[in-house]
Amino acid sequence: MNIHSNITLKNILCVGLFLFLPHNSLYANADSEKGYNIAARSDRSDRGFSDSVVEMTMILRNSAGKQASRTLQFKTLEIPDESVGDKGLILFRTPKDIEGTALLSHAKILKSDDQWLYLPALKRVKRISSRNKSGPFVGSEFAFEDFTASELNKFSYKYLREENCGKLICDVIERIPLYENSGYKKQISWVDNSIYQLRKIEFYDRKGSLLKELILLDYRVYDQKYWRPHKLKMNNIQTKKSSDLIYDAYKFNLGLTDSDFVKGRLTGLR
Amino acid sequence: MTVLKLPKSKQILYFFILLFISNSELAVADVYDEFDISGNIAFQLRGFTQDSMWLDQNTSDVESSISGEWEIRWRSNSNNQRVSFIPFARWDENDKKRSHFDFREAFWAYQNDDIELLIGLNKVFWGVAESVHLIDIINQTDLVENINQEEKLGQPMIRLAFQEDYGLLSFYLLPYFRERSFSGPDGRFRSETPVNADNAKYQSSSKRKHLDFAFRYSHYFGDIDLGLYYFNGTNRDPRMSIGGINSELLLNYDQIEQIGLDLQYTHSSWLWKLESFVRDGYADSIFAGVAGFEYTFYQVFDGIGDVGILFEYQHDDRSSVESITSADNDFFLGSRWTSNNINDGSILVGFILDKKTSETFYSVEAKTRLKENTLLSLELKVTTNSELGEPNFPQSRDDYLELQINHFF
Repeated sequence: MNIHSNITLKNILCVGLFLFLPHNSLYANADSEKGYNIAARSDRSDRGFSDSVVEMTMILRNSAGKQASRTLQFKTLEIPDESVGDKGLILFRTPKDIEGTALLSHAKILKSDDQWLYLPALKRVKRISSRNKSGPFVGSEFAFEDFTASELNKFSYKYLREENCGKLICDVIERIPLYENSGYKKQISWVDNSIYQLRKIEFYDRKGSLLKELILLDYRVYDQKYWRPHKLKMNNIQTKKSSDLIYDAYKFNLGLTDSDFVKGRLTGLR
Repeated sequence: MTVLKLPKSKQILYFFILLFISNSELAVADVYDEFDISGNIAFQLRGFTQDSMWLDQNTSDVESSISGEWEIRWRSNSNNQRVSFIPFARWDENDKKRSHFDFREAFWAYQNDDIELLIGLNKVFWGVAESVHLIDIINQTDLVENINQEEKLGQPMIRLAFQEDYGLLSFYLLPYFRERSFSGPDGRFRSETPVNADNAKYQSSSKRKHLDFAFRYSHYFGDIDLGLYYFNGTNRDPRMSIGGINSELLLNYDQIEQIGLDLQYTHSSWLWKLESFVRDGYADSIFAGVAGFEYTFYQVFDGIGDVGILFEYQHDDRSSVESITSADNDFFLGSRWTSNNINDGSILVGFILDKKTSETFYSVEAKTRLKENTLLSLELKVTTNSELGEPNFPQSRDDYLELQINHFF
């Protein structure tokens, strides 16, 4: 699929009218082609995992050093079609007052995701606006869009340079979000050239100033094929707040299906 | 079970003793993967701003109470069976009727790819609106808990649900009816004549054992979420009448048929909402609806918190011989602030204005996490411009400020 000829189909339901909007028709050049290919190689090294479940601990720190933690479970269902995003289900375990709260998300690449929130105290399933992908996710320095950041077609790419990153050599690529409500003007990403994984991302806010820096650590391989980082450190440069994500071991290929990712299932998760 | 033969006050006392023990000791059961034991204990303090209105009502301006809930869950290794058991109790200083005990959930469920069977007591919520939960019908309201009608009693049910490509189909058989809980003579939030809850009248000769039935379809189509149901059975909403030797307020539970609809259109920062029902029962058919929107401004002020604006209009055309509703011709305007910070603080401010009578109801609900396992919440409810004969008049001197601390374990 060629990104430069992307066309978004914007379905305006209320008037039953279809509008065709041509997207950022960036002029193809060698740097963007190379940047795209490196990102694609990284993204496609992950193809075929079908589904995964992982438990995660999130450590939040404010500028005064006050610390809090949350534990969550992430379930993911891979959708092979690159023009559609994966399906995800996040189940909150702690803090105890929000235990059982769940967020179901059907990702779209350039449009807003479909999202439902389950509130266990009322047993209420609520469709929520997902316009706000760039806001803090459960009080952390991660935005919701940061979790799905590696979807290939969410960005246009530009190859910048090659440089050392720790013991490895990384390709440095600029990526521009194509999603109109993204909280970022651009991101600079470091992808190593031995296992093709993201090692670092710098996030620039809408004004173009450096906002956050993400470091991805402790990569482990599953089934000799699927690499996952098990420690993510996000530092907010502007507010001095930080958040760490620490993952347990992933489980893959559990036979999850579409029917595990429907809103009708949200009331029966616990 | 012998414990059920004990007087209610003893049952509640034993419940709290067990709850305090389990808080420290029984949590070890957590080590077994399939089991999950958790719960919370809450201390609540309500301060009333005016003296009580009616004879025999407790004259104290401050009312304290303790509530507790225990959640015991089990899930089979194969993941297709689960059991949930949630006993709840409250002890209230002043109102004997508010001191009560209930099973919010006590069920066994089996689930495979697209079928779920659930047998036991459970809670089910239907609806999209914020100012009134109009179409929510399966569970009886536990009114002594909160006048916001969001607290529910566990409903005995057999539910069979099919997840199809075209949506979720759920069938409910409801073999036993739960009566609404009302404040006792000592308590606040009562009518001039206290409700005689022990002598309810039923239209059906099977009384509480009438077999109620419901069927619901729910799904989403792009940005539209839709729910549609049919209910046939005992009205959860009792009609009041004066009778008996002491001219008491009696409750009448009629047989009704009801069709309900909930609809939400989600686009960008907008949520457009509609709930509506048509009910056939005691007198003429009733049509009721609530419609409105919620719009959210994201990352305002400090760049972190969100502010939502809510507007809803409530309509209900029932006649005066039916059960009482105050949501007949009212505007609701509200605002919700969520902090999105470490403490997950939030504030919801709202007021409901009756277009015809100018009766106005103000509400503030705020909460923040104090520590990892401790939640502080605040609630303010005020009624103004309520005149004799209007639905909220008997409770118009029950304005209160509530502080609650929840400890979770």
